[in-house]
Amino acid sequence: MRFAVLVKANKDSEAGVLPTRELLEEMGKFNEQLTKDGVMLAGEGLQASSKGARIRFDGGRTTVTDGPFAETKELVAGFWIVQGKSKEEIIERFLRAPFDGGAELEVRQIFELEDFG
Amino acid sequence: MDRLKDAIAAIWRIESPKIIARLSRITRDVGRAEDLAQDAFVLALAQWPNEGIPRNPGAWLMTVAKRRAVDALRRSETIARKTQDIARELVSQTADYDLADDADGIDDDLLRLMFVACHPLLSKEARVALTLKLLGGLSTVEIARAFLTSEPAIAQRIVRAKRTLSEARVPFEVPSGSERLQRLASVLEAIYLIFNEGYAATTGDDILRPELVEDALRLGRMLAALMPAEGEVFGLVALMEIQASRMRARIGPAGEAILLLDQDRGKWNRLLIGRGLAALARAEKFGALGPYGLQAAIAACHARAATAEQTDWTRIVALYDALVRVLPTPVVALNRAVAIGMAFGPQDALEIVDELRAEPSLRSYHLLPAVRGDLLAKSGRAAEAILEFERAAALARNGRERAALLARAADCG
Repeated sequence: MRFAVLVKANKDSEAGVLPTRELLEEMGKFNEQLTKDGVMLAGEGLQASSKGARIRFDGGRTTVTDGPFAETKELVAGFWIVQGKSKEEIIERFLRAPFDGGAELEVRQIFELEDFG
Repeated sequence: MDRLKDAIAAIWRIESPKIIARLSRITRDVGRAEDLAQDAFVLALAQWPNEGIPRNPGAWLMTVAKRRAVDALRRSETIARKTQDIARELVSQTADYDLADDADGIDDDLLRLMFVACHPLLSKEARVALTLKLLGGLSTVEIARAFLTSEPAIAQRIVRAKRTLSEARVPFEVPSGSERLQRLASVLEAIYLIFNEGYAATTGDDILRPELVEDALRLGRMLAALMPAEGEVFGLVALMEIQASRMRARIGPAGEAILLLDQDRGKWNRLLIGRGLAALARAEKFGALGPYGLQAAIAACHARAATAEQTDWTRIVALYDALVRVLPTPVVALNRAVAIGMAFGPQDALEIVDELRAEPSLRSYHLLPAVRGDLLAKSGRAAEAILEFERAAALARNGRERAALLARAADCG
């Protein structure tokens, strides 16, 4: 099974404040362990929504809105794609992620071949 | 309660390879190490529901397990001291292991464990089962399910394997010198066997067992992280990543296998292809590719072609020429013939395939008549092609594959 682990945006990530060197180092270690365990497939951090855009589809009409977007907590600031045997395994792994200060991760399962069977 | 149980099972899966690896270094016995690690896990199952899961469950399990291992070692020393006075050596051995949470050398221990679990002394089946159990963190139930075998059969296979290792006093180390490469080949083989059983199931009606594919990928990536200077490890990882990228495209709506050239390339997993190509690039840094690296390079030719027509068959033939030299098996020769057929036409290929018909090891290999049938059909020899497809269908062990071959025979009529 594969999972996407989404990192929710916060005031800092939306303001374009970069993580401290300490946090980056911790994050590096965390990612290294995921890599060593052979479960990390991808991981990226996303820039502030002010640099992004939204495309909306409605009845054959498309609307493009430039960022930033207001509802910070609903925004994604980064993601991992990891493999695991169960949701619990992913949760156990990410309980050790070096976050703090109200940060929130969302664990979501990715559709697999057999889900369409 | 169930949630807690699932959490503890997940922790076991994550932590047990490291714990077993470390205990194996202390006890010098993989079987005992696993038993002791299991004891720690049982203790966790008893304590954690009341006391809660510790903040660092891995360290908790490791400390408990190490304490038990050292206790057990001291007990056996005491017995040894009573019977004969040779305990000094053993005492110095335990003195090396304090109970502090030292993560140092855990990677080395994991690598040693991998080499021991894949020891050539063990049968292929035993290596596969032991590797999944000790390094993949799978339970015997999960292994049995994956291989469509009964749980007692797998349990017995593992017990016997551990006994074999113990009786032969297989040292807990990564061998050096010429033995190293030979033993590494045994490790790579076990991982690729797991992959193939997931990717091209030889038994049952389902062609794919995605869980085994993921297990093999995980083990391969682990090994690559542990042996960053071995090109062939990256070759194997590249091969598996690229092959796995096609999983979604390999199966039709009715569960039938779809051949590589007929696959919808839009369904290929670009993330895995990218990972595979990156691993291949790393493998190529170490000079001439080995058998896995060459197969990965062939797989990469397909991955890079946007359409089947754009496949660089000349390059694939050149890679097969190299592969057949380092891996001179009849199956490789057969695949080379297929590539030659694509690059230069069915006539040249038929000549090679006709020669391979005398090969005893291919006598019951369904893909030989399947390939021959395909080449005959392309040469306009429909009647002969039908016979070959029917022969191939009779030899196929997988139900879906059999159906596909019979359909090809019907298409020729």
